[in-house]
Amino acid sequence: MEVFFVSLLNGLVYGMLLFMLASGLTLIFSMMGVLNFAHASAYMLGAYFAYTLSLYVGFWWALLFAPVLCGLFGAGIEMYGLRRVHKNGHVAELLFTFGLALIIEKCVQMTWGLLPVPYRIPPTLDFALFDIYGTQFHAYRVFMLVISAAMFAAIWLALTRTRVGLIIQASLTHPEMVRSLGHDVPKVFTLVFASGTALAGLAGVIGGNYHTTDPAMAFTMGPIVFVVVVFGGLGSLLGCFIASLLMGLLQTFAVVLDYSTADLLKQFGMVVSSTHPMAELLNVPIPRIGALLPYILLVLILFFRPRGLMGTRDT
Amino acid sequence: MNITQERRWYWMVALAIAIALPWCFYNFAAGKQSGFSVTLLSEIGLLIIFALSFNMQFGQAGLLSFGHAILFGLGGYCTAHALNAVKAADLWFPIELIPLAGGLGGLGFGLIFGYLSTKQRATAFAMITMGLGELVTAAALMFIGFFGGEGGVSTDRVIGSSLIGMDYASPIQVYYLIVAWGFICIYLMRLQTQTPLGRMANAQRDNFERTQFVGYDPKLIRFYQFVLSGFFAGIAGGLFVMLHEIVTFDAVAAQKSASALLASYIGGVGGFFGPIVGAIVVVLMQSGVSLLSSAWLLYLGTLFVMMVMFAPGGITGLLTMHKPIARIGRLGDLVVPYLRILVPAAVSLAGFVLLVELASFTTIGASQGKEFKVIGFALDAGSPVPWICGAAILIIGGFWLKRASRGFASTWNALMEQAKREGGVR
Repeated sequence: MEVFFVSLLNGLVYGMLLFMLASGLTLIFSMMGVLNFAHASAYMLGAYFAYTLSLYVGFWWALLFAPVLCGLFGAGIEMYGLRRVHKNGHVAELLFTFGLALIIEKCVQMTWGLLPVPYRIPPTLDFALFDIYGTQFHAYRVFMLVISAAMFAAIWLALTRTRVGLIIQASLTHPEMVRSLGHDVPKVFTLVFASGTALAGLAGVIGGNYHTTDPAMAFTMGPIVFVVVVFGGLGSLLGCFIASLLMGLLQTFAVVLDYSTADLLKQFGMVVSSTHPMAELLNVPIPRIGALLPYILLVLILFFRPRGLMGTRDT
Repeated sequence: MNITQERRWYWMVALAIAIALPWCFYNFAAGKQSGFSVTLLSEIGLLIIFALSFNMQFGQAGLLSFGHAILFGLGGYCTAHALNAVKAADLWFPIELIPLAGGLGGLGFGLIFGYLSTKQRATAFAMITMGLGELVTAAALMFIGFFGGEGGVSTDRVIGSSLIGMDYASPIQVYYLIVAWGFICIYLMRLQTQTPLGRMANAQRDNFERTQFVGYDPKLIRFYQFVLSGFFAGIAGGLFVMLHEIVTFDAVAAQKSASALLASYIGGVGGFFGPIVGAIVVVLMQSGVSLLSSAWLLYLGTLFVMMVMFAPGGITGLLTMHKPIARIGRLGDLVVPYLRILVPAAVSLAGFVLLVELASFTTIGASQGKEFKVIGFALDAGSPVPWICGAAILIIGGFWLKRASRGFASTWNALMEQAKREGGVR
């Protein structure tokens, strides 16, 4: 039971972090049709910017400025890079962001080195907040949860209550119509792209010291965020939210359940001997499959339901 | 262009060059082949086959795959197991045909993965292949029986049975094996573009709805194209195993898929022969530039992004753009404008390289205890002077390039206009 509760909370934290990354990506993807490979790079940049800034101005200012820097970076990318490539089609845009992700990874390696940087949780949040069945729950995780929940609320309000938000929402489903109604869609694109990267940066700021801050973090996080976005479906923030939590919980629970299919079969009286041709497949413990689960889900959902969980259009 | 109209001597010359190349690097003093250049040439051969098979999907059929290496790597694993089985059973099986095991493996896995992925196209296809790529990479580390875990599957190519009495103990013999298989594969892939399937693959890339209307099933076309491309990728994987005698999970990993993508795109995906050019460029950067600089991946990435932004046709696309002007015999008029933009381009490149090298030196090079030298002069990377110089050169070069390119564009446009009038544009 205690394992269940702790994993539930941890999964929630991880899921909300994923959602922060995925919400920006889903907006960008739905509006512009660009699957932004460099999105996870913005997450990495956020963590590194926050690390460097926190050395000089402390964590709290870094929390504010690092996402802003990421947002400016994203706006630059959109205005001077993506817009130019746009006329060559979606594949060219995809390839552009792919190349960009390669460049950013290498630049980060050159600026901050190959090894993880010592980006730490701020001491003011470095204590155990409460106990669940004897297991301490860290205050920083609660802080992450609060930040991401606040962000979720902010996005929700901005999208449903403001004029720009309504235009963005309209562009998600009917981009051509919005254009013909005379709205400056490129400007909206830039805004969405910049705020999406800023959100990813914020996720990096609070996720970088929770996980590790190293040059590989973009390439480990990137594919999972794609899975979330595609799984949740195009044009649906709610689908994205559900998918994020699902992936977060799935991966966290997979880690703690140390069983394999062979153990399950044992319950029914079937013993898998090591000479059985499927023995290797059946004996793999769930924690090791955990890393595979998102991709299995991705392939399955695209195979059976290409528009994703709650999507309104085909991918 | 039909393949029968394509002048035969192109192929002959290319074959002659491929055969003669290793001897250009022959070390006469020591009386032996230079191991580095033979391996380099073999790698180029491998990447050419692999990139062309990737382009069967991307260029010909419009299927952008982020997991093409799984077909390559699984073909490699199949070859390694086939080689080990032949050796263990003491069968007489000509080693020249062993890469065929890779091809069949690639074909078989192509059937499975193609079935899963080719129902979709465009971005959904790219995502499925990315997912499959991650799946197979993770599986390669998980299942020891087939993949051998982190150590991979090692094998021994000297099994003592050959059609022509070679033992393949030396790398140069493997190089010639790669050349032979390479030419067979390239020729077959070229032929494939002329078949109805290849033509319909192009058609469904350009307009899949209309293809459906004509009465073809685009899904089936994509599936066949995927499976065939898997065959050639598998052969490339098989040759990879013959060359290195080991295959690890790196062969199925995303990095390998990316190299095919980079090679194809940099070379040019529009025509058939672009990936060959791209493969040469990528391997030279991987092996050549990496000797000089630890930042080669950055240069490759920058080249790729530049290509995506300014030359979506790749290197071969840039070359074919000159055709109309060449037809009216005015190519000479471009020499001076070219020189005018090449100088500022070289200046900006120098500034860029200086900055990149400074940055990579401060984090990576310095820890290796090296000294930072530019054309013989030792520079202190810690002081701001070289940084400011680098930035200044880059910015000045950039502005100069921008101005010069305007002049170039006007000359170019005038010549193209003339070519249009005189019927050079076809």
